Amino acid sequence: MKKLLALVLALTMCLSMAALAHADDLIKVGVVNNPPSESGYRAANVADFEKVFSAENGYEMSPYYSLKNDEQLTAAQGFITDGVDVLLISAAETTGWDEVLTAAKEAGIKVYLFDRMIDVPEDLYEAAVVSDMAKEGETAVNWLLEQGLEEYNVIHIQGAMGSDAQIGRTGALDAQFEAGTMKKVAQQTATWDEAEAKKIVESVINSGEKFNVIYAENDGMAKGAVAALDEAGITHGVNGDVIIMGFDCNKWALKELKAGNWNYDGQCSPFQAQIISDLIKSGETPAEKKIINAEKGFDAKTITDEDIATYGLGED
Amino acid sequence: MTREAGKRKGGVGQLLIPLIAIALLVIFNLIRDPSFFSIETKTNNTGNTVLAGNLISIINGASELAILAMGMTLVTAACGGQDISVGAAAAIAGSVFVRIIRGAAPVTGGTVIGAFLACCAVAMLFGSFNGMLVAVFRIQPMIATLILYTCGRSIAYWINGGATPTIDSPITGAIGSFIPGIPVPTPVIIVAVMALLFSLTFRFTTLGLYTQAVGINESSARLNGINVTLIKLVSFIILGICVSVAGSIGVCRLGLINHETLLIDIEMDTILAVAIGGNSLGGGKFKISGSILGAYVIQMLTITLYAMKVSSTDVKAYKAIVIILLVVIGSPVVKRWFTKVIGNMRNARKIRGAAKEGV
Repeated sequence: MKKLLALVLALTMCLSMAALAHADDLIKVGVVNNPPSESGYRAANVADFEKVFSAENGYEMSPYYSLKNDEQLTAAQGFITDGVDVLLISAAETTGWDEVLTAAKEAGIKVYLFDRMIDVPEDLYEAAVVSDMAKEGETAVNWLLEQGLEEYNVIHIQGAMGSDAQIGRTGALDAQFEAGTMKKVAQQTATWDEAEAKKIVESVINSGEKFNVIYAENDGMAKGAVAALDEAGITHGVNGDVIIMGFDCNKWALKELKAGNWNYDGQCSPFQAQIISDLIKSGETPAEKKIINAEKGFDAKTITDEDIATYGLGED
Repeated sequence: MTREAGKRKGGVGQLLIPLIAIALLVIFNLIRDPSFFSIETKTNNTGNTVLAGNLISIINGASELAILAMGMTLVTAACGGQDISVGAAAAIAGSVFVRIIRGAAPVTGGTVIGAFLACCAVAMLFGSFNGMLVAVFRIQPMIATLILYTCGRSIAYWINGGATPTIDSPITGAIGSFIPGIPVPTPVIIVAVMALLFSLTFRFTTLGLYTQAVGINESSARLNGINVTLIKLVSFIILGICVSVAGSIGVCRLGLINHETLLIDIEMDTILAVAIGGNSLGGGKFKISGSILGAYVIQMLTITLYAMKVSSTDVKAYKAIVIILLVVIGSPVVKRWFTKVIGNMRNARKIRGAAKEGV
């Protein structure tokens, strides 16, 4: 009982302190991220942070975008010198951040990681809001198993080898290949290149091998694969011969789903800003520092227009 | 008699390497799988009867590369250097194409032609920018085009205004795959048209001759009244046209533009195609047909490796090995060595013959 009381007291203190410190002032937030041009995912991610950390919500956000780790480090150091209250980081690389984060801690700046983990001791940051790529793969593969096909002959088109998304989304399917529940007709990387994905599927079609599932690790490659099927006169989607699976939930991809041309699209949520904002405003330190952003998988049979509007990324 | 045969060979001498490479790949594939090159007809999902098979995949898949290789040959011949920005420039051209088509409410043949002309104009503009740096400011082509290579895909991103815009129209679909009623992939037809245009240009204008003259000896070309700057500039502008065609095909194939992946790394394959085609990368004499063959060699190699189920991460390594062999065999040093060996053999035969006569 005493413990609980102490906890409640501590919490209220934290809250009131936070409230006092910025009573008439906006919370200064420094964001270190990758540039929106990196991908559709990143564009949505950047837009989400701009929306949530706005002046109306009580924030003053200064963003810095770079694909280079050293430039990001310099920018983070700059934010610390500028005296921001909160530092949000999606690092280009997992290493090299110890010094900067220690400096932030000494300056009393709260650090939140989003989208990507960094190799540093846990006490250097408040929380990390990330996607669990392996779980995305598991969700997708479980969905595929639920379809109860007589046999699974899978063409697996991988992303850039070694990227988080590729490793995560490949893992669950590899487990099925090893267990023998699914047959690996082809497993090739198209390094996220749509045209390469098309060529890979074309070569399988030309070889005359049977397949009934295409598991592409992003939407673009799924579209490339479908282009190859269309040219060869192979039906796909809800009432077709081949099941099409993609990832990332681009708006146009979800529309393909709704139209029944594809069967499944797995989400990789770029929406971490609200979770972080809630943490900052509540002042709470979460029990588990690594917070997994909940992610969905959409089925062509159940997807709604509302889902497309809410979860679809980019333009249509 | 041998000398006559040698003379006749001189015409195709430059094409010897790509032709041998194609022959070897064909034989290799036929041994591996006799039905590898079989062509069948299929009905595609839009209801057209179309040709399908590995051979079609190779010729179709190499289209963008072949078109870029044609333009690159000209730039190489005139400037003695290569444009490494073709992939990035194609991303820009593709973005312009998509942007305009998405802006038009009903996509008609007119909008597609308009969009293509606009993207052609933009690509020619960027081409003349590169050409200006090379021809007027005399910057090395690779350095000059490094600028667009670095920033081109970012520019494409600005034009796209974000993620991966899609286009969904039967007309662009037909450009990227098949025109109803025609069983040959449209990109293949476009390559044929481009090749025809190039050969007509060379037949009816002095462009080919002048380009060669500039590439072989710039100052003597100038002394002979050739406008060297103009010739170099024109080569880059023509490459710009090729870039816009390749970019538009790439976009129509997929119905989507991804500024990061559209024709990614194609600049290196393009330069390779020119080199495999027996063209000197130092400029001068050139043969467009060689570069086109070079493009098909590269694509045939890729498709062969895919058909052999070589992991696509390893494909690049295998490709590199074959290409090293091709380029080394085609190098002047090896060529000279071959001629020497053949010459020695001939001499030896002559001497032996003379000795016999003497006896």
